[in-house]
Amino acid sequence: MILVQVIVGGLLLGAVYALFSSGLTLIWGMMNFINFAHGEFVMIGMYLAYLVAVAFHGGPFAFSLAAAAGLFVLGAAIYFGLIRAVMRGPMLAQILSTFGLALLLRYAAFWIFSPNVVTLPHSYLSGMINLHGILIRESQLVVGAAAAALTIGMHLLLTRTAIGSQLLAVAEDRNAAMLMGIRPDRMQALAWGLSAASAGIAGALMAISFPFSPEVGGTFALIAFVVVTLGGFGSVPGALLAGLVVGLIQALSAYYFGPIYKDIIVYGLFVALLWFRPQGLLGKA
Amino acid sequence: MRRGTFALSAALLLYPWLVSGTGSSAFLQDMGANVLLAAVGAAAWNIVGGYAGQISVGHAMFFGTGAYLPLLVFHHWQLPPVVGVPAGIAVSLVIAVLIGFPTLRLLGHYFSMATIAVAELLRIIVSNWDFAGAAIGVQGPATSRGWWDLIFRSAVPYYYIFLAVLALLLFVAWQMQRSRIGYYLRSIRAGERAARSLGVPVRRYKLYALMLSATFTSLAGSLYALKTGFIDPESGLGILVSVQLVITAALGGAGTLLGPLLGAVILVPLQTATNTWFGGGGTGLTYIIYGGIIVLIARFEPGGLLELWHRHITPRFNRRAQAGDAA
Repeated sequence: MILVQVIVGGLLLGAVYALFSSGLTLIWGMMNFINFAHGEFVMIGMYLAYLVAVAFHGGPFAFSLAAAAGLFVLGAAIYFGLIRAVMRGPMLAQILSTFGLALLLRYAAFWIFSPNVVTLPHSYLSGMINLHGILIRESQLVVGAAAAALTIGMHLLLTRTAIGSQLLAVAEDRNAAMLMGIRPDRMQALAWGLSAASAGIAGALMAISFPFSPEVGGTFALIAFVVVTLGGFGSVPGALLAGLVVGLIQALSAYYFGPIYKDIIVYGLFVALLWFRPQGLLGKA
Repeated sequence: MRRGTFALSAALLLYPWLVSGTGSSAFLQDMGANVLLAAVGAAAWNIVGGYAGQISVGHAMFFGTGAYLPLLVFHHWQLPPVVGVPAGIAVSLVIAVLIGFPTLRLLGHYFSMATIAVAELLRIIVSNWDFAGAAIGVQGPATSRGWWDLIFRSAVPYYYIFLAVLALLLFVAWQMQRSRIGYYLRSIRAGERAARSLGVPVRRYKLYALMLSATFTSLAGSLYALKTGFIDPESGLGILVSVQLVITAALGGAGTLLGPLLGAVILVPLQTATNTWFGGGGTGLTYIIYGGIIVLIARFEPGGLLELWHRHITPRFNRRAQAGDAA
């Protein structure tokens, strides 16, 4: 019974991994660009949730929305201020730009909020649900379900709406899209906004059940790399599946070998993937 | 250029003597040694990150390996730490081949992601590994048992050891720049597909560059451990170690011979100053500044300060020289 509980918990956390990783994979798919600051976006989402909860006594719905909106604006601003220029530059500029940004955001949070670990001022959704003997916290269930729904929503937005078609058109061929009357800059800024918002909302959701500090971003960035590589670069459904797999692997390795092994095994899996199947499990060669 | 090289060599050789008359000579000599060490690390990163254009953001794995092994051979077998230096290089080379072989066949981003992941993996493993001192770290000999322990009270002997290693590294880089491997690496940076179509053995040369870079980064780590006599997972394998190597090279000029030295001359005093002015809280501020500098370099001047100099200052000199000729 405990094993089933561990598996369910892992899958529910995995859905959150899928949500923020889908943002990373969107940027990769759109412009062949890896955002090293993506984990810091998640971290900022957590602190935005904290601020809203402390200052305005907002509940989970309010602070998740605030984190999504705040990060959307931040993501679009970073596109216009930084990414648009370095995209055309050399590889060094592309990688260093977001790497430097990650450092800047992490230590700015360090400076503003101190390096201490914090939790939200209240506990939300703290009841337990008993499903035929499997105990799940309400927060776990709501957060996992919301994250999975949002990831699927992202996929539907990309594949079923006019905006999604425009985004994909720009990804396919920037100039051809421009000739069709699409403004590539606006679309790419939208992609950055959506990507950051997915990270922000995932951060706010995780803040409900986990304590956090300015340094958590590094771990989330690496998890997102693993998920995106496993699911195939640029694929949102791939990210959803891979996110669940990574959440499950983490939960099982923590259960069987001890908590320190959950990161060791996931990073090791990443290195193994790069060795044997860099295009991902679902990706095309 | 030859006159410039001579002046630079003279200044570096005489620096400890030049500052010995000032009131804070020990402090300035120590900082000089730190500048040279930072330059060694950055110049080592520069071989694969600058010349070959493969941006490693996890070079701490080589630095940490080089730093840990000398102290580990002392800690476990009471050997002189120097014995661990070649062992560190050997382990670093193995790691370089293990991660370089699969990832260097892919395009740049994969390599960056793989390096950051392997460095973190190594840091977590070492933090939980009792043989390597776990989270507490490993200490070197407390007192010197003989000259072979390389423990000196003054920073001056370290300064000259570091200078010798830097000179060797810059000589190797300079020879490399002018030889076939240098041209190959720059062609790979400029365009991998084009280089391959012209018959450049891209993967093999990227791997050579990574191995050479790993060797000297490991050596830089060993030098750090010999001077400091202590290493823990954060100071050896932390992400900030990699950051330091990258930013020092990129600020001065990635892919240039003297860029890493220029970056070290600017950044080490800057870091010392922020730590002195702001105390322990300065660490956070230092990295805010570092992040800002990296973003600004990437956004406005990916070539670093040397390129800025070549574009804006050198033409002015030339114009003046031509005007002088005309008159």
